[in-house]
Amino acid sequence: MVQLTLPKNSKVVKGKHHPAPEGAKTVKTFKIYRYDPEGDAQPRWDTYDVDVSACGPMVLDVLLHIKNTMDPTLALRRSCREGVCGSCAMNIGGRNTLACTHGHADYSSGVSVSPLPSQPVLKDLVPDLNLFFAQYASIEPWLQTTTPEPQKEWNQAPADRQKLDGLYECILCACCTTSCPSYWWNGDKYLGPAALLQAYRWLADSRDEAKGERLDDLEDPFKLYRCHTIMNCAQVCPKGLNPAKAIAQIKALLVERVV
Amino acid sequence: MSDSKPDAAVSAPVVRPSPLSPHLQVWRWHITMLASILTRATGIALYGGLLIVALGALALASGSDAYATYLGLVGSWLGRLVLFGITFSIFYHLAAGIRHLVWDFGKGFEPRTANMSAFFCIGFGLAAAVVVWLLAVMTGGA
Repeated sequence: MVQLTLPKNSKVVKGKHHPAPEGAKTVKTFKIYRYDPEGDAQPRWDTYDVDVSACGPMVLDVLLHIKNTMDPTLALRRSCREGVCGSCAMNIGGRNTLACTHGHADYSSGVSVSPLPSQPVLKDLVPDLNLFFAQYASIEPWLQTTTPEPQKEWNQAPADRQKLDGLYECILCACCTTSCPSYWWNGDKYLGPAALLQAYRWLADSRDEAKGERLDDLEDPFKLYRCHTIMNCAQVCPKGLNPAKAIAQIKALLVERVV
Repeated sequence: MSDSKPDAAVSAPVVRPSPLSPHLQVWRWHITMLASILTRATGIALYGGLLIVALGALALASGSDAYATYLGLVGSWLGRLVLFGITFSIFYHLAAGIRHLVWDFGKGFEPRTANMSAFFCIGFGLAAAVVVWLLAVMTGGA
């Protein structure tokens, strides 16, 4: 269901201002979404005047600097700090991205940092991604075969292996899925770009033998066909992948097997 | 080993429904997102345009007074603005339809290409609508 505005309990109110420490050299303001599940306060926008000369170059460095020196209550996910784990995916300056691979120099003062869009918020910048991972699990992202297992590994020609380039690199950060307005309105039924990119990754695998079953499962007005090529997924993917194209290729496979 | 019994002094956090994180409220639009919603909006506008044309036929059938009122409404500045919007809708929707057709062949999905095609569709819709109206004004049709 399309709901353009936020529900009442989700309206973001004006929050606290945290001024820069004495003697700060280069000050930049960050507007950060805050929500505390305990108590009954509304979500709020807190502003932090950060001395960016005192921290590293990435937005993640800024967030950790805030947490370490200004406000230890800020909650966020992060792990690898080099764009391979997907934990620090969030909305920065109105676009989903990884905080660890985007320099704060790219953003003007006052840039907003909020959790991945249209998700239930557990705390501050931490969204609940259970549905996202359940949808990923639903496409059965593993090799399925009926022929007897070979003595060694399943062989794959280099040309067939190349068909997986641009598909297997997905880190499941959920930037694409939560960027999709179609997913915002029908996230409970539409699988979303990330799960569909992975669905195609297994359809495109020359070793997989469950193509028919996989396509049967996807042939559904909501699971697949809620993609309206809005293209936000491909625009924001921090790994440069193209879920919109993969979805079009699934649609083409579905057409091919009827004609 | 410490006592594994739950500590009575530590109570579980009060659970309340999670808020929904901001979406449209924070999103910075790409031109492809604008092109997508414009395709739908112009599609709906074309239904409205068909109704306006049908009303014209009905007015014509109900006599000269009714038709004069109809022409007065359509010819007002607001009526002309709506007609211009519908002219834009026709051409934009046509271009967007062709863009979708190309996508259906699996082409044009790179963000750069998609941005360019979105820009082209909007530009074509506006330019074609202006040309049609210029022609109409020059030939005394509007």
